[in-house]
Amino acid sequence: MVWLFGLLWPLLGIHADGTLSFTRAFNVWFYIFAVTLVIVVVVVLQKQGILDGFGRSLGAGKTGLTAVYARTPQWAWIAAVAVLALVFPMFTGRYEQDVAINVLVYVCLGLGLNIVIGLAGMLDLGYIAFYGVGAYTYALLSVNFQIPFWLSLPVAAFTACIAGCIIGYPTLRMRGDYLAIVTLGFGEIVRIILNNWMELTNGPNGILGIKAPGIFFPSFAEGFSLEHLYLKKLHYLYYVILLLAVFTVIAVRRLNISRIGRAWEAIREDETAAELMGVNTYRLKLLAYAMGAIFAGLAGAFFAARVRFVSPESFTFLESATVLAMVVLGGMASIPGVILGALALIVLPEIFREFELYRMLCLGGAMVMMMVFKPSGFIAAKRLGRRSEEREG
Amino acid sequence: MTTAPILELRDVHTSYGNIKALKGISLSVYPGEIVSIIGANGAGKSTTLMSICGIIPLKAGEVRYNGQAIQGKPADLLPPMGLCQVPEGRRIFPRLSVEDNLDMGAFFRRDKDEISKDREHVFALFPVLKDRRNQHGGTLSGGEQQMLAIGRALMSRPKVLLLDEPSLGLAPLIVQKIFEIINEINREDGTTILLVEQNANIALQTAQRGYVLETGAIIMEDEAQNLLNNPEIRKAYLGES
Repeated sequence: MVWLFGLLWPLLGIHADGTLSFTRAFNVWFYIFAVTLVIVVVVVLQKQGILDGFGRSLGAGKTGLTAVYARTPQWAWIAAVAVLALVFPMFTGRYEQDVAINVLVYVCLGLGLNIVIGLAGMLDLGYIAFYGVGAYTYALLSVNFQIPFWLSLPVAAFTACIAGCIIGYPTLRMRGDYLAIVTLGFGEIVRIILNNWMELTNGPNGILGIKAPGIFFPSFAEGFSLEHLYLKKLHYLYYVILLLAVFTVIAVRRLNISRIGRAWEAIREDETAAELMGVNTYRLKLLAYAMGAIFAGLAGAFFAARVRFVSPESFTFLESATVLAMVVLGGMASIPGVILGALALIVLPEIFREFELYRMLCLGGAMVMMMVFKPSGFIAAKRLGRRSEEREG
Repeated sequence: MTTAPILELRDVHTSYGNIKALKGISLSVYPGEIVSIIGANGAGKSTTLMSICGIIPLKAGEVRYNGQAIQGKPADLLPPMGLCQVPEGRRIFPRLSVEDNLDMGAFFRRDKDEISKDREHVFALFPVLKDRRNQHGGTLSGGEQQMLAIGRALMSRPKVLLLDEPSLGLAPLIVQKIFEIINEINREDGTTILLVEQNANIALQTAQRGYVLETGAIIMEDEAQNLLNNPEIRKAYLGES
């Protein structure tokens, strides 16, 4: 650990004008010191057996909680979460709603990528390209043809799917590391095209003036008529993305328990063996890729409608990496895991806004800790469906 | 035998890059029999099976199944035709449950009732799999994994079953058991079996006919009993001096 301190010490006090000062750094070190002290005290106490009774009661509490969890039917949990999600905007302000919308966008992205990585086992480092394709599809349709959001949504999904097939067709013959490198390259190609195709995408300046999602609202002012409203208010947008996220969760779950989901997992486990069992591995891999792209396209269209401005800057490799981190952190192939991963990676940086400078450091540290102590993620995947292990146990 | 062979290889050549793995293999398997291919490490036994299944492309020659040339066909089309392989080293899906592993064998089939009937059939053959049906495949012992691999292949209702070294890394007692079941599959279901083995003794005791493979070529072909009694074979493959 000493080398880490030595390595990071000078970093902590560098200012924009080039001077070094450690005042702020001391502040941070104080926190780190305090936390370390607490951990050391706890470890020492535990070593001496003082915490045994406490641990026992904690264990009892845990088993009690698990029992309560097991006794409550699954629909009750789902209902509780649904109610919580529905009433959320009524008790929160703009800021919380903004964060929640972000989380839900990443839930869609994470679940889409989860199909490609968690189920089919293909490492895709250029996933955000499909998000970009979806966003630009809606942006262009809205600005050039005034096509409303809800009509554009399936179009965005379709174009993202086509983009997925175009990229997948030549690359999916590769396996493992090679595939990762090639998808990384394709992700960059899409971003660079968006950046340089001035006539179509307006290059790095981006596209302005995208319409928000609209809705027909019944109005009884002068007899009955339908009034067209743009959902510009943040809490309306929250419900739109909530709808999309719920759709994504249901769709991914259905895919997961289908025979196609099982075949994807078989391909992930052993591609040759899957082929010997009569699985057309190439076609199914392409399908996984296209499916993942569809959900990214939907999320992308929503992103364009919410920000009402798109530029290539939003679709960098860093975004791909973030989504990937969510999937890995949350637990590959596990839907609640991915949702939790998205929640953690969006909400935690918001909470630690004060430590902005050290955010990436903390994130990196957290990732390393996760991989060491819980490599299968927050909520490890169990195969879903009729014959899953949890049924019997 | 007067009937036509169900599986026939005619002068099959295969190579990995510049290295010739198979140098003109010809063999035929007749319906209902058990045929063994024995040979040392690197003789080309597994390559032969992988060539039949279309995983490794042929350089020359012909593979005929049921009177139809199948070389160059995508590998995934063969199980629906009744040709299924249990690959070397078992290669089960470790993070799928035993049941899911079995169901993968019936992936191309849509007849749900028949599939569950076949699953029960496999459970009857290998009762231990039924006990472990919800366990992950990777948590099974080697012998159980081999049973799972065989069961998975049976789920495709094969007419011809290709077995690649079912004895690999298993205790003699388990090997005995697995070969008994192989016999049973052949006897009860009438499944034709092409068996590749290093354990020449048990392979030739199980099979009716045998081929001896050496550095990519077949050097001997005979009734299994004759091969077992052949002094040359006894010396080279059965460890007699």
